[in-house]
Amino acid sequence: MIRLALRMLTGDRLKYFGLLAGMAFAAMMIAQQASIFFGLKAQTGGFIREMPSVDLWVMDEQVRFSEDDKPLPDTAAQRIKGIDGVDWAVPLYKAWQRARLADGTRLQVVIVGVDDATLVGAPAQMVEGSTLDLRRDPGVIIDVRDAATKLRLERSNGGPLKVGHSLNINDSDARIVGTYSATASFFWDPVIYTTYSRAVRMAPAQRQMMSFVLVKVRPGADIKAVQKRITDTTGYTARTGPEFESITAAYILKSTGILVNFGMAVGLGFIIGLLVTGQTFFNFTLDNSRYFAALKAMGATATTLIAMVVSQVMAVSLLSFGIGVGVAALVGTFIAKTDLAFLMPWYVVVFTLVSMLLVGLASAILSLIKVLRLEPGVVFRT
Amino acid sequence: MITAPVISATLDSSSGGRAPVVRCRAVVKTYGSGNSAVRALRGVDIDVGAGELLMLVGPSGCGKTTLISVVAGVLDRDAGECSVLGEDYAKMSSSARARFRGRNIGFVFQQFNLIPTLSIAENAAVPLLINGMSRKAALAQATELLAQVGLGDRTKDYPTRLSGGQQQRVAIARALVHRPRIIVCDEPTSALDHVTGQKVMELLRSVAAGNDLSLLVVTHDQRIFEFADRIAEMDDGRINRVSTGEGHAQAAIRHDEDASK
Repeated sequence: MIRLALRMLTGDRLKYFGLLAGMAFAAMMIAQQASIFFGLKAQTGGFIREMPSVDLWVMDEQVRFSEDDKPLPDTAAQRIKGIDGVDWAVPLYKAWQRARLADGTRLQVVIVGVDDATLVGAPAQMVEGSTLDLRRDPGVIIDVRDAATKLRLERSNGGPLKVGHSLNINDSDARIVGTYSATASFFWDPVIYTTYSRAVRMAPAQRQMMSFVLVKVRPGADIKAVQKRITDTTGYTARTGPEFESITAAYILKSTGILVNFGMAVGLGFIIGLLVTGQTFFNFTLDNSRYFAALKAMGATATTLIAMVVSQVMAVSLLSFGIGVGVAALVGTFIAKTDLAFLMPWYVVVFTLVSMLLVGLASAILSLIKVLRLEPGVVFRT
Repeated sequence: MITAPVISATLDSSSGGRAPVVRCRAVVKTYGSGNSAVRALRGVDIDVGAGELLMLVGPSGCGKTTLISVVAGVLDRDAGECSVLGEDYAKMSSSARARFRGRNIGFVFQQFNLIPTLSIAENAAVPLLINGMSRKAALAQATELLAQVGLGDRTKDYPTRLSGGQQQRVAIARALVHRPRIIVCDEPTSALDHVTGQKVMELLRSVAAGNDLSLLVVTHDQRIFEFADRIAEMDDGRINRVSTGEGHAQAAIRHDEDASK
C-alpha cells in the first residue's frame, strides 16, 4: 500500500512538482540561512584561529570579545612566564588606529604587534615576503586582499598597495614588507601586522599597552590547571582558543542582533515550508478524499491509511530536503570562493532534515485528521 | 419511478429459500438529532441469500444507500439487528470491521472511484493489496480478472483513457478480485448508456452465479430489473414490497407501454 500511496502522490505531476518545489525552497532557505549564520559565527573567531600554536590567551577579566581593548600592564607577560606549566609567554598588541595612505585616504586599521624576538602571532600564510622582514624598521605586513580593496590607492588611481609602498599610522611612517592571506573575518577593518615594540611606538601613549599574553603550555601539563594557576596568580583570565572564540561569537551575536535576524530567516523558511506543504498536501488529500474513502470502504484500516499519508509526506519531505540542501551546498561552494560567510557543518544538515520532517509531520497530521475522519459511507453518496 | 402494481411472487423479505448471508431485522438509522433529525431507516427487515441478486429500488432519499451502507459495514445502525455472514458489525472494533469488509465484501460505486493516477491493473489489485498480498501476486491476479472482464489488453492503461463502461468493468474486476462473499453495488449502471449498462449487469450476474456471490444492488434503472432474483421496493425508510425481478420487470415494461399510449 505504501507503493500505491507513492504512486497516488507522483501521479499528478503538476501538484507533485509544485509540492516538491515549495518544500525544496523552504529546505534551501533553512539550510542556506543557517549556513550563513554559522559562517558568520565562525568568522568572528578568524583572528584567534590565525594563531593555532597558542594554547592560552591571557586577558583582562573584563574582555568580552577579540577586538575588546582592555590592556594589561607591561609586566604581565613576565609574570606569566614564571607560572608553573607555562612553556613560553609573549605579549601581543592589538588595537584600532588611524592610518593615512600615500594618496591621502584616511581610514581605520587594526594594528597587531607581535613579539619582537619570537614573532609568535605573525601571519602563518605569507603571500609575498617573510615574517622575518618585520624586523626591518618600519616594516608592516598587510593582507593581500585588503591591499587590493580596502587599502587600494583610489584617489591617485595608484591601484593596490604593494610591498615597498609606505603608509602612515598615527603620524608614524610604516613600510610594507610583505603580504599575507588572512582568514576571512567578521570584522571589516584591515589588519596590519608589525612588531610589538613598533606597534606600541605607533600607538598613542597609554599607561598599559599589552592587549593579550599568548601562552604555550609545557608539554604534558594540564591546561585547565595552568589556566587556574594564571588566574589565581595574576587575576587575569586565561582562555583557550576555542573558549575565546566562543565568548567572541556569543558577544557578537548578542550585541548585533545577528542571531535574531538569521533566526527569523530560518523561521521564515520553516513557516513557508509549513504553509506551502500544509496547504498543498491538504488540497491533495481533499482532492483524493473520495479515493481514501473508497479505500476505507474496501477495508483499509486506520493504520494502513496513516502509513499511506505519512509515507507520502515523508517521501516529499526527504526528497525536498535533498534538493534544498544540495542547492544550498552548491551556492555555498560559490560563496566559499569569496569573503562571504558560509559554513555548513553536519548539524546544519541534521537541523534542516529535522525541520523538513517536522514540516512534513505537521502536514501529515492536518491531512490525517481529514482522512481518518472520512466516513467510508461517503463513497455511496458522491 | 415505479408506479405500477407489483406482481406478487415471494412477497416477503426472506432470502427466497437460500441460506441467508445477510440477515437484518428492525434496522433503524437516524441522521442528525432534535428537530433536524432524519429517520433514514425505520425498522427494515431484509435477508439476502447466498448467490442471490437482490435489488433495492425506490425514490431518492428513501433509505436505499443507507441500507447498503449498514449492510456493508460502512455505517453504524442505531437499533435493530444485522448479521452479515453470521457476524455482527456492532460487536467488532473499527479495524476488525475494516478487515472483515476487506475480506468479504466487494464494492461497485456509481462513480467507479478508480484512482486516476494508478493503472487499471493497480486499481483492480487494490483490495488484494489492502489484504496484504504482495504487489507482484496482486497484479498477476488482477490482470487475470481483467482478462475475464474483457480488459486483458488494457491493464497498463489509466482509467481516464477508458470509456464509462470499461471503467465500470474495471470496478467490477476490483470488486471481485479478492473473491468476496458479497458485492454491494450503488447505481452501477446510472453513469452508463443502456447497452453498456446491460452488458455490465450481464457480467455481474454471470460472475455472481459462477462464484455463488450475493449481490445487493441499489438502482433507479428499471431497465436492469430483469437481472434481479428479487426486488425490494423502499419508501420513506421502509421496505414496502418484495417481488421477483422478472415480475417487477414485466410490470415496469407494462407501465412504460401504458405511458407511451
